[in-house]
Amino acid sequence: MISLEWVKDYVDISDQDLKELAVKITKAGINIEKVITNHIDNLVIGKVIECVNHPGSDHLHICQVEIGDGNVQQIVCGAHNVRTGIKVIVSLPGAILPGNFEIKKSKIRGVESNGMICALFELGLEEKNEENYNKGIHELPEDAPVGVDPITYLGLDDTLYELDVHKHRNNDCYYHIGFAYEIASILNRKVTLPDISYHETSDSIDKHFSLKVETEKCPYYLAKMVRNIKLGESPEFIKRRLVAAGMRPINNVVDISNYVMLEYGQPLHFFDKDKLGDKIVVRNAKDKEELVTLDGKNRILKSSDIVITDGEKPVCIAGVMGGLNTEVLEDTKDILIESAIFDATSIRYTANSLDLKSEASIRYGKGLNYEYTNDAINRACHLLEKYAGAEILSGMIKHDKIDKTPKIVEFVPEEVNKLLGITISEEDMKVELGRLDFAYEIKDGKFIVTIPNRRLDVESNVNDIAEEIGRLYGYHNLISTVPITTVRRGQYLGDVKYRKMISKRLRALGLNEVKTYTLVSQEMTNMFNYEGKENKLLPNPMSVDKSAIRTSILSSLFNVYNYNKARKVNDIMLYEISKTYDINYTEDVKVAGLLSGNYLSSSWNKSVKVDFYLVKGIVENLLDYMGYENRYTFEANKINDLHPGVSANILLDKNVIGVIGKVSPKLVKDDVYVFELSMNALMSKVKALKYKEAPKYPGMEKDMAFVMDKSITSSDVIQTIRRAGGRLLTNISVFDVYTGENVLENEKSLAFKLQFMDPTRTLTEDEVMKLFNQIVDKVISAHNAKLRDK
Amino acid sequence: MKIEEVKSLLEEDKSKVTDLTSLNDLRVKYLGKKGIITELNSEIKNIPVEEKKEFGQKVNELKSIFNDFYEEKKNYFEEEILNKKLFDEAIDISLPATKIVCGAPNILEKLIEEVEEVFMSMGYDVVDGPEIEEDKYNFELLNIPKGHPARDAQDTFYLEGEEILLRSQTSPMQVRIMLEGNGVTPIRMICPGKTYRRDDDDATHSHQFMQIEGLLVDKDISLSDLKGTIDVIVKKLFGDYIVTRFRPSYYQFTEPSVEVDISCFNCHGKGCNICKKTGWITVAGAGIVHPNVLKMSGYDPKKWSGFAFGFGAERLAMLKYNINDCRVFYNTDLRESRTFDRKED
Repeated sequence: MISLEWVKDYVDISDQDLKELAVKITKAGINIEKVITNHIDNLVIGKVIECVNHPGSDHLHICQVEIGDGNVQQIVCGAHNVRTGIKVIVSLPGAILPGNFEIKKSKIRGVESNGMICALFELGLEEKNEENYNKGIHELPEDAPVGVDPITYLGLDDTLYELDVHKHRNNDCYYHIGFAYEIASILNRKVTLPDISYHETSDSIDKHFSLKVETEKCPYYLAKMVRNIKLGESPEFIKRRLVAAGMRPINNVVDISNYVMLEYGQPLHFFDKDKLGDKIVVRNAKDKEELVTLDGKNRILKSSDIVITDGEKPVCIAGVMGGLNTEVLEDTKDILIESAIFDATSIRYTANSLDLKSEASIRYGKGLNYEYTNDAINRACHLLEKYAGAEILSGMIKHDKIDKTPKIVEFVPEEVNKLLGITISEEDMKVELGRLDFAYEIKDGKFIVTIPNRRLDVESNVNDIAEEIGRLYGYHNLISTVPITTVRRGQYLGDVKYRKMISKRLRALGLNEVKTYTLVSQEMTNMFNYEGKENKLLPNPMSVDKSAIRTSILSSLFNVYNYNKARKVNDIMLYEISKTYDINYTEDVKVAGLLSGNYLSSSWNKSVKVDFYLVKGIVENLLDYMGYENRYTFEANKINDLHPGVSANILLDKNVIGVIGKVSPKLVKDDVYVFELSMNALMSKVKALKYKEAPKYPGMEKDMAFVMDKSITSSDVIQTIRRAGGRLLTNISVFDVYTGENVLENEKSLAFKLQFMDPTRTLTEDEVMKLFNQIVDKVISAHNAKLRDK
Repeated sequence: MKIEEVKSLLEEDKSKVTDLTSLNDLRVKYLGKKGIITELNSEIKNIPVEEKKEFGQKVNELKSIFNDFYEEKKNYFEEEILNKKLFDEAIDISLPATKIVCGAPNILEKLIEEVEEVFMSMGYDVVDGPEIEEDKYNFELLNIPKGHPARDAQDTFYLEGEEILLRSQTSPMQVRIMLEGNGVTPIRMICPGKTYRRDDDDATHSHQFMQIEGLLVDKDISLSDLKGTIDVIVKKLFGDYIVTRFRPSYYQFTEPSVEVDISCFNCHGKGCNICKKTGWITVAGAGIVHPNVLKMSGYDPKKWSGFAFGFGAERLAMLKYNINDCRVFYNTDLRESRTFDRKED
């Protein structure tokens, strides 16, 4: 949250419409999500010209309040300090106070009241606490002009910008001076930095403290010592600005530390000097080392954390939170101020592992500019001297291993223009660099730019400079060009190609495409687990229902079925193609389908209900389409959660590539059929399409029927027939399956229609009958079958 | 019987024929084995030679009279039967049809396919990549080293320490495709795919969502080229009058980075709920490929440049089809999704 009332200390924005300015800033790259003003309509300064007690109450008063132009309103007020003659803040009907509290004309215990006399906290200008509540209404000075806006009169007008915090540019724009620089760039103005001067005593810090830094994760550490602080309330502007930025004022010392942090982005830490002793050692924590932090919690540390110690025990988790043992309290007299830079990554790890994201750790985690580490500690001394009566000891304890190499970029204007695709003149580039406050010189037509340290996000490359120049120059100046087109049309590559083919086919066959989640519950991974694959379980799942990575889509499709069934949809045809992964992260793209209800449906005429053979037909159609005609078979198999008698493996070239079957009646009472195939198996190259002439010579058809044991499958018999029939036998189909009367209990009758054909001639009855008999004999002997009488 | 008698009898009988049956009966009566005309014909042998010719002619005449009559009547009756049959077979064509249905696409997939078509026409290949990724592709080679704050914005599902993860973006495919290109092949690709982040599911967030990644690497590629390319796709998706606006933004793997806004297709800039009263809608993040990213993937940034972009498929689909809850893409309600089995102009 950025307070514009605060920013104006550093850059002149008095002539700006702040809503328009927010748009300009957003256009230049810092996303302002919300502009909040504290202006309230129908708020005026009034003078109480009469105040009498309310007859129906022991604490209410009936006031006559003059609100300008001779206009006098009657207002009932309950504050203890309301009295004739004082100037007050009046909310008139129509005013909307914080908390969406609208002032209306009303009657209070029978007496008309046309507004409300207010306290500052009721306007959001002060913290709402018991102390402020007890102060009663706010009394304005005697010379306050009646009828004008009291917030403006008090100089408390403020506009807040709420920033999008997700972008890394925010490491220089989330504090007020950094933000002022951004505004200065946009408006082409100069930044005025705050006063950081102070007086020092002859006593030097060196006599009181020594510093030792034993970790590489602390490249920069500064400390100043101040004495005889007078703890008390902060001045109004500090309190108000902290409240505006969303922080709670506590006392002048703590407030100053927070204030400076919000100014420079540099977190400070104040130690009670007496409790700390005479030594500071910065080191890596020891494993299991403990510290009770300011929030009263005992923290157990790891060796990856950084701690500030007094030489023995930790007194602060560096960059995250101070220890209770050195806290600044009412009786604190002398303070040690710390301003430092710690390794950003390390601080982020510590804050995460302790689950302790503090104002400080967030800022350390984004990275800091060492120049402001200096300025901030001096600014704190300035403010402590001014507002807490502190005496500042001379000298500063310092550990300095920070890399101060300036970031320099050399480029010719053409390089920037090439990246932007437009032509910005050298002169315009100079203007933009000036606005950015980037120092530069020009040598042999080359720009040599030094990037200021406060811009941690800008790296030494032309792209970064192009971005900075481009965004200020304005992206609305970009033209629309298209890279020179190639003649070649793009293609679906790899998996995608096959996924598209299969998807198209399954939709043509009436199946609806669905998309479900990769992460499922462990319970779901156990369903239909026909491959016996082990699932990867997430180490830190968000919830039980998203705790495992699926190896099959079937249970997800079954959920979609249930979802739709519950919504009275009865004809449900679904498919999904999705990557699946097992515990070894082996990828397998699965094609799964689920069908239930009527495949062809009519409300009054014949419908075709989904059954096993229909689903089998869909799978065969898909396999034929993919070019695997005659290469697949189905083999009965008992599969988890499928009907044991109505489920099968799907084989391609004798390898199992999937399953098909009816969902077990234990799971669902309706007839639901599913299939799932591994797409990887369907991605091999198949023969190119070739024209094949239809046969010219008529074929001959013969029927045969056998009685045999029930357990013999039709595909077995067909295989026998095919082998015995030879090349003239071109087609075999089952045309009747019969059990019941005239057939024994454990037997069935299967009838086949055989087609014989020779593409080069007409066959004779004799030769066909010879084959026919040959086939009958083979079937009888191979399957212990009987030829059925005609 | 005398021929003349037969003739008048026939005339009389003709008027008695009422249907196909009586017509056939008449045929039997006259032309059957013992039919009247058949009999006359057999009498011919008993007729004196000189009369034979005349008699024969008369019998033939009689025969053809009968046949003409027979043919005419037969056609008439058959047509009558057919007409009756056709009349009887008439159906109520207003009764409802037997439903012939093709499957509907998933709404996201439909949207993605539309985007794919546009990019393929501009020479971009469509690729796919692993959803379980290595940290180096998902982050490190995209200029996001371990511990970088940019990782915080993408709360990632890690599977093995910080090495293996469910990809939090489709951007790792930029790296994979560049590595395949060996620093010598120009690249045009888009990669629509699933991505995962630790977000709680609600109307606008989903722990699983789809991005459409795009990458072009070639010589002398500029931000203006990116703008022109984005123009093509948003006009195709939302209409020819759509205007694109670039806003500066910050991503680790592009520099300069932009956010892509389109003029609001609903209110045309006046301000409405869809554009949150701004007249603009953010649809993508994009930028010039960061020189570090090019370098790490084997492309010399001194010779090559490129742009990359990422659209959120859910967001595009929600905008295009006026959907206000992204969960509908994953909880298929067939009553809703079936309506997407339709062509679009």
